[in-house]
Amino acid sequence: MSLLRSLRAFLIRLSAIFPGRQSDTAFSEEMRSNLQLHIDDLMRSGMTEKQARREAALRFGGIEQTHQRYRERQTLPAFDNLLQDLRFALRQLRRTPGFSIIATIMLASGIGSSVAIFAFVDAALIKPLPYHDPATLAGVTESVKLMGPANLSYPDYLDWKQRNHSFRSLDIFTNSGRLLNLPSGTVPVSILRVSDGFFRTLGIAPMLGRDFYPGEDLPSAGNTVILSYDSWQKWFQGRADIIGQKITLSGIPQTIIGVMPETFDFAPGGSAEFWLPFHAVKGSCDLNRSCHSLYGIARLKDGITFAAALADMKDVAAELEREYPGSNRGQGAFVQPLSEDIVGDVRPILLTLLAGAMLLFIIACVNVASLLLVRSESRRKEIAVRGALGASRGRLLMQFFIESVTLVTIGAGLGICLAAVMMHLLSHLIPKFMLSRMPYLIGLSLNPHVLLFAAGITLAALILFAVTPLLRLPIGSLRDSLAESSRGSGTLFWRRIGANMIVIELAIAVVLLVGAGLLCKSFYRLLHVDLKYQPDHLAMVSVMVPESLYPKDDDLTRLQHQILTHVTALPGVESAALFSLPPSSYNGNTDWIRFVGRPYNGEHNEVNLREITTDAMKTLQAKLLSGRFFTETDDAAHPKVVIINQALARQYYPGQDPIGQRIGDDGLSPGSIKEIVGVVDDIKEGSLDSSIWPAVYYPLYQSQEHYFTLMVRTHPSEDAILPTLVSTINHLDPGIGTADPISMNRRIHESPTAYLHRSSAWLIGSFATLALLLGVIGIYGVIAYSVSQRTREIGIRMALGAQRNTVCQLILREAGTLAIIGITFGLASAVGAAILMRKLLFATAAWDATTLVAAALLLGASAMLASWFPALRAARVNPVEALRTE
Amino acid sequence: MSEMTERTDIWQGTLALMILKTIETMGPQHGYGIARRIEQTSGDRLSLNYGTLYPALLKLEQEGAIASEWGVSENNRKAKFYKLTRTGRRQLEKEARNWQETTAILNLFLASKGEQA
Repeated sequence: MSLLRSLRAFLIRLSAIFPGRQSDTAFSEEMRSNLQLHIDDLMRSGMTEKQARREAALRFGGIEQTHQRYRERQTLPAFDNLLQDLRFALRQLRRTPGFSIIATIMLASGIGSSVAIFAFVDAALIKPLPYHDPATLAGVTESVKLMGPANLSYPDYLDWKQRNHSFRSLDIFTNSGRLLNLPSGTVPVSILRVSDGFFRTLGIAPMLGRDFYPGEDLPSAGNTVILSYDSWQKWFQGRADIIGQKITLSGIPQTIIGVMPETFDFAPGGSAEFWLPFHAVKGSCDLNRSCHSLYGIARLKDGITFAAALADMKDVAAELEREYPGSNRGQGAFVQPLSEDIVGDVRPILLTLLAGAMLLFIIACVNVASLLLVRSESRRKEIAVRGALGASRGRLLMQFFIESVTLVTIGAGLGICLAAVMMHLLSHLIPKFMLSRMPYLIGLSLNPHVLLFAAGITLAALILFAVTPLLRLPIGSLRDSLAESSRGSGTLFWRRIGANMIVIELAIAVVLLVGAGLLCKSFYRLLHVDLKYQPDHLAMVSVMVPESLYPKDDDLTRLQHQILTHVTALPGVESAALFSLPPSSYNGNTDWIRFVGRPYNGEHNEVNLREITTDAMKTLQAKLLSGRFFTETDDAAHPKVVIINQALARQYYPGQDPIGQRIGDDGLSPGSIKEIVGVVDDIKEGSLDSSIWPAVYYPLYQSQEHYFTLMVRTHPSEDAILPTLVSTINHLDPGIGTADPISMNRRIHESPTAYLHRSSAWLIGSFATLALLLGVIGIYGVIAYSVSQRTREIGIRMALGAQRNTVCQLILREAGTLAIIGITFGLASAVGAAILMRKLLFATAAWDATTLVAAALLLGASAMLASWFPALRAARVNPVEALRTE
Repeated sequence: MSEMTERTDIWQGTLALMILKTIETMGPQHGYGIARRIEQTSGDRLSLNYGTLYPALLKLEQEGAIASEWGVSENNRKAKFYKLTRTGRRQLEKEARNWQETTAILNLFLASKGEQA
C-alpha cells in the first residue's frame, strides 16, 4: 500500500523532470495567494496594510528557499542532475564528432562481433539439447583400432542391450535412403531406421498419432512410418487426416502412424524425413555380426556416470569378443555424452572464434580507453576551471562517468544491432547441408542468454572506461592544473599508460593476425592437398535403383552398362564410371581382408572398400603404379580380381610385389578369394584432412550395389552437364532415383571439412583485419598525442640544434620500441594460442615461421606507417613558434 | 522573534498526519489555512515553516492522499484548495491508529520507570 503510494509519487516526480517551468509559476501564484490571505487576516486584526505586508513576509520566511525545497520535492534532483550531465555528455560527443564516431564504431564492432559469435556458441554449446533431460543421454558405439568410435552391428546391439547394467534404455538408428513413390514421380528421400524405443529414449513424443510400440521394430510387425514435421508439410500439405494413410517407400507400402513435432530435430540423423522401425532384413547386413552400420543412443540409469557406463560396456564388449572371436576380435566399446556426438566437432572452432571476437573486443576497449585518456588529458584545464567554480569532486567524476556511459551505451546499442545483422548473415551463409548437421543453429536469435552476455561485456567496458579517466583526473590538485603551463609530469604519466596500452593492443593484434594466418594457410593447404586424382572436370550424381525393380545382380549389371553407354555417348563426355562411394567422401565402409598363404592370428585387417566399374581410375585420372586396371571382362562370369592402393601394398606387402597375390575375407571362404591385379596411387578416399587408409577396389560387376554414384569426366563445363546426366538416367527408367548432382570441385569446396576450415579462416581473418586497423588507429592516436604534448620539448631540441631528421627519428624510435615490445609479446602469446587451436590446423605447425614473420612484418610496417605522419609533423615544428606558444 | 524560536519545530513524520487530520476536520482548505489551523490546534506551541509545509503538501498530492484545485476563499481571494481523497482518508485512519498505538506503548514505558526497584 505505502509502496504503491511511494511508487506513484516517484513516477510523478520522474515525469515532472520533463515538462519544464510551467508548474513553477503555478507555485509562485499559490505562495502569492497564501501571502495575501495572511495579509488580509492581519489587516482584519487591525494592522495597516504596510504593517500587515511586512509582518506576513516576515512570518512566511525565505521565499526563494521555500521555492527551492518545493522544486526539489517536485522532481528528482539527482535525476535532474543526471539528465543535465547526459545532455552535457552528448554535447561533448557532438563537439568532437571524429572521436565520437571512431570510438562508437570501434565499440560497436567489438561488442557486435563478440555478441554474434556468442550467439552461435550459446546455440551450440550452452543451450541444452532439445530432448528430455539431455545430460543423461549417451552416444554409444563400438570402437576399433583403425578409426576409434565405429558403428555397432545389430547382433552386438541386441547383446549390449540385454547385458548392460548402465542404461535405462539403449536404442539404435541408421541412416538410409528410400525412393518415395508419388503420383508425380519418384523422389529419393533420406530416412532413419530406428529401434522401437528411439523416441522414448530421447523423451520426445509425436505431435500427431503414436510412437512405435515395443516390438514394432521386429520384422514380424507391420510396415509403419513416422513423418518429420517438414515432410508432413512438404509431401502431404500438413493434412490433418494423415494418420492411417499409406505411402510407398521403394515399392513397399507403409502406414503412417505419427508426425513428429516441428521443433524436433536429431542432428546425427542428418536431414531424415521419415523414421522407419528397424525390421532386420534376412540375408542382409542387419543380421551379420561383422557388419557394422548402427549408431546407439542410450539413457543412463540414475547415478551412473558416463565413465561407469563406458567401463560397463567395455566389459560387455570383452565378453562378446570371447564368445565370438571371429567377428568381435578388437571390437571395443565407446560411450560419451550425446551432446559430444552432436557438437563435439564444432566446439573447438566456436571457442576459437569466440576467443578471436573477445580479443577484438579487448582491442576496441583499450583503444577507446586510450582515446578517452587523450581527451581527459586535453581537458585538464576545463576540469580545473569547473572545479574552481564550485563543481564538487563527485559531480565532476559523475560527469566523466556519464560521458563514458553515454559512449558505451550508444556503442553497445549499435553493437547489438550489428550482432543481429551478423547473426542473420552468418547463419544464412551456412549452406543447407551443413545446417542439417547443425540443426541447433536454426532460429538463432538474440535470446536472453545472448542479451545477458551483451550486458556483461558492456558492463565490463563501462567499468574500464569509468576507471580510466579517474586515473588521470587532476582533481586532487586543482590549483596546479589551473596554473600549469609546463606539461612535464602529465606527459610522463601519460607516456607510461599510453605505452602500455599500445603494447597490449599490438600484442593482441599479433595473436589475431597469426591465428588468421595459420587458419588461412591450413585452408590453402587443405584445398591444395594432393588428392592423387584430378578433381576438375568431374561431374557426378547419386543413383538409387530400387531392389523391387532390379532384384538380380545380372539385371543391375545390364542397367549399369546401359547407363554408361548412354552417358558416354553424350557430347563432351570423355569417360564415365560408377562408384559405390566416390572419392573424398569419408574413410569408412570397410572390409576385413585376409591374405592367402599367410598365417592369420585373427586380428582384423580393416581396409577401405570401394566398388568401381571398368573406367573408374581412367575417369579419375589416378595413377597406376603396377599391374593393370579393370577390364570389361572383370565381371561375374570371370574370376574375382582386386586393385589395392599403395598404402595397402606398403603395409601388407613390404618389399614384395603384390601383383598376383590373393586375398579373401577373414574366413578365406572360397567365393571371396580375389587376385590382386593392380596397385593404384593413394587416392584420397576420406575427407580432405583425413589420413590415407589401406584400400581395396573391387569390380562393381563382381560385387553389386543398388546405390552408386555415376561420375563423368567431361570437357567443356562439368556443371552444365549435370541436368543432362539426371535426365538421361530418368529417361532410361523413371523408377530410378537420382540425387545430389554436383561437380567434384564444388563438392570438395562445399565439403564440411572445407566449409569449417573456410569459415573459421574467414571469420578470424576479418577479426584480424579489424584488429590491425584498430591497432593502427590506436598507435597513430597515441603517437600523435605524444607529439602534440612534446611540441615544446621538440622546439627546445631544435633551438639547441637538433636536425629535423633527428627529431623524426626520435619519434619513430619511440614508436618502434613500443612496436617491437608489443610484437614480441604478441608472437609469444600467438604461439601459445596456436597450440591451443591446433585441432583446427591442417598440415601447418603452430609455430609456422612464415606466418609468424609475416604477421610481425605486417604489423611492424603498419605501426611504423601510422607513426610516420606524427613524426613528420614533429619534424616540421617551428622552434620559435613552439617556444612562443607555450 | 524570541517567542518564535521557542516554538517546537514539527517532526517530519507527523506533519503529514496533521495535515490530513486538519483537512478532514475543516474540509477543503488552502495552504495558509492549514498552517494557521495546525498552529492554533497546537495552542501556538508549533511553528510551521512554509518551506516545510508546501513540499509536504506536494508529497501528499504526489502520493495521491490529497488533491488540489483552484478556488475562491471566503473573502473572495483566489487560492489553491486541498481536499482529502479516498486513499487519503484510509491513510489518515491507518496512521492515526498507528500513532495512537505507538504513543500508548511509549506512555506505558515512561510510566513503568518507578516500578523498577
